[in-house]
Amino acid sequence: MSDRIFGVFGFLLAAFYLWQATQIELSFISDPFGPKAFPYMIGTVLAISSVVIILKPDTEPEWPGFARLFEIGVATAVMIAYALFLKEYGFVLCTAIAASYLSWRLGSHPVSAIIAGVVIAVGIYVIFHLVLGLSLARGPWGF
Amino acid sequence: MDTLASLADGFAVALTWQNLMLALIGCFLGTIIGALPGLGPSNGVAILIPLAFTLGLPATPALILLTSVYYGAMYGGRISSILLNIPGDEPALMTTLDGHPMAKAGKAGEALAISGLASFVGAFFATWGLVFLAPQLVKVALLFGPAEYFALFVLAFATLGGIASRNQAKAALAAVLGLGIATIGVDGQTGVPRFSFGEVHLYDGIDFLVAIVGLFALSEVFIFLEHRAGGGADDKVVKVGRIVPPWKMVRETIPAMGRSTVFGFIAGVLPGAGASLGSFISYTFEKRISDRNGTFGKGDPRGVAAPEAGNNSAAGGALVPMLALGVPGSGTTAVLLAMLLALNITPGPLLFQQNPDVVWGLIAALFIGNIMLLAMNLPLVSLFVRVLLIPTRYLMPAVAMISFVGIYGISGSTFDLLVMIAFGVLGWVLRKLDVPLVPIILGVLLGDQMEKNLRRAMTIHDGDWTMLFNSWLAIGLWSFAIIGFVMPLIVGRYFRPKIADEAIAEGADPD
Repeated sequence: MSDRIFGVFGFLLAAFYLWQATQIELSFISDPFGPKAFPYMIGTVLAISSVVIILKPDTEPEWPGFARLFEIGVATAVMIAYALFLKEYGFVLCTAIAASYLSWRLGSHPVSAIIAGVVIAVGIYVIFHLVLGLSLARGPWGF
Repeated sequence: MDTLASLADGFAVALTWQNLMLALIGCFLGTIIGALPGLGPSNGVAILIPLAFTLGLPATPALILLTSVYYGAMYGGRISSILLNIPGDEPALMTTLDGHPMAKAGKAGEALAISGLASFVGAFFATWGLVFLAPQLVKVALLFGPAEYFALFVLAFATLGGIASRNQAKAALAAVLGLGIATIGVDGQTGVPRFSFGEVHLYDGIDFLVAIVGLFALSEVFIFLEHRAGGGADDKVVKVGRIVPPWKMVRETIPAMGRSTVFGFIAGVLPGAGASLGSFISYTFEKRISDRNGTFGKGDPRGVAAPEAGNNSAAGGALVPMLALGVPGSGTTAVLLAMLLALNITPGPLLFQQNPDVVWGLIAALFIGNIMLLAMNLPLVSLFVRVLLIPTRYLMPAVAMISFVGIYGISGSTFDLLVMIAFGVLGWVLRKLDVPLVPIILGVLLGDQMEKNLRRAMTIHDGDWTMLFNSWLAIGLWSFAIIGFVMPLIVGRYFRPKIADEAIAEGADPD
């Protein structure tokens, strides 16, 4: 069933992609093939393979229970928040929080998770910024 | 003799303090990356690329660093296979079959030594194979026109889908998904924007490094979160014991190493096969040839030597098409190709003519790195055994954060970080659905070249389709592509690696 849904999704994606390809504006200079032809080929193969997947699905994968899906969802949200707040609050603080969260959710005791997060953040800061000179996000305090 | 002269020049390039240091660091990191379950060659190299790139390393040193990591990971994977019965990376899966029984029988040290030696033999001769085969392939590649290149790209996708995956439709879908992503952005030939929805960030297209790190490294973090497999090896590690194998054991395994090196190298050179298939084929053949007393699977040293010689040899073999044709034969070489493209170097025949120092410096560095790896993996192996004790609940957050650092370092753009997270989630879903990730990466990397060659061929012949099949070379490539894609359907499951069917299918880390 998952495969069938996936196939339908792939087919819709192909339709959308092909429709978008027809919308590509041509410029006055062009080669005989043009910028549309290759996308048409891609969209067609995408549609065909999606149909094959719908018709011949594999065995059902083992989806995790709701709790684990929720876990992945929250982790994704944390990462998105990390990306958004990175420039505002600087690398070390954001990284320490995000790494602590991930470590906690992977089964660490909360205290050791916080320690791990801080060690990871400071460690990366020291190695990559201070030693190797990579530019990291600067927060209001300069780190 | 030209070749040997070039190789000598290569040693002159590689034997600088900087390059030797980078090779040493690469080998060391690579062995750790290979040894740690959850980090394999492709995602290990993937998170290091943005770093090598932002550190501003020139092409040769950057390539030396990352290929040393690649070779090192092939060595390192065996350590946890033998000691923990958990493959450190996918190519090392076959090593668990005989390696762990040996460890349980108190011969862990011997197993590590034999496999280390086998790794050295495989990698050493495969590097020689690379030295002699790559220039020959370059000669053939010089005959290629745009139409042949287009056919070659199709061949790469077809064999990747046919041989290395279980479901051709899904591999095809993955490939066009990657190609589709590559078409996002301003069209290079006419300057019109495509699929960018008026979003300025998309005009440049999606950076392939962002896609690679998201798909390979971040999706791994999600897999671990899903299973909440945060534990480490803790105290399950078997005592290593003596690391010097008896001479008799070495002598027994030499024929196995020799055969496996050949099989592994061939598997590596074939586009789309890679090191996992190399070790699988080597082990299977070795079992068929020498398993007379039914000792395979119960701790036969030959069963340890064969897959390790096979996967290291395949790693060298996979570099041949990557360097000579610009078409990678496996996941990790695709990632290496990404780094070359990021440095504005296009592999292929021109690379050998215009930047011989890059190619031969790299090859020389591989020889040097291989000797370093032998030293690290025999006497110093217990150092790496200790690394296995790091639990993944501390390791995976670090991997995630280093991925962010790398991508942020390239562009400093929040948008790229968000795209990377999206690719991470996508990678997790696709892994669950058993859609291979390597064709996506290959599509993203090669899409631009593929379209360019197609359109160039059409421009030359004024839009005449039949011209794509106008030369014997092109027809040959197309036939191979069709055979490679269709044959596995007919021959059935014989060629397909049972690897993936048996275990870790979803956690599989493409090599």
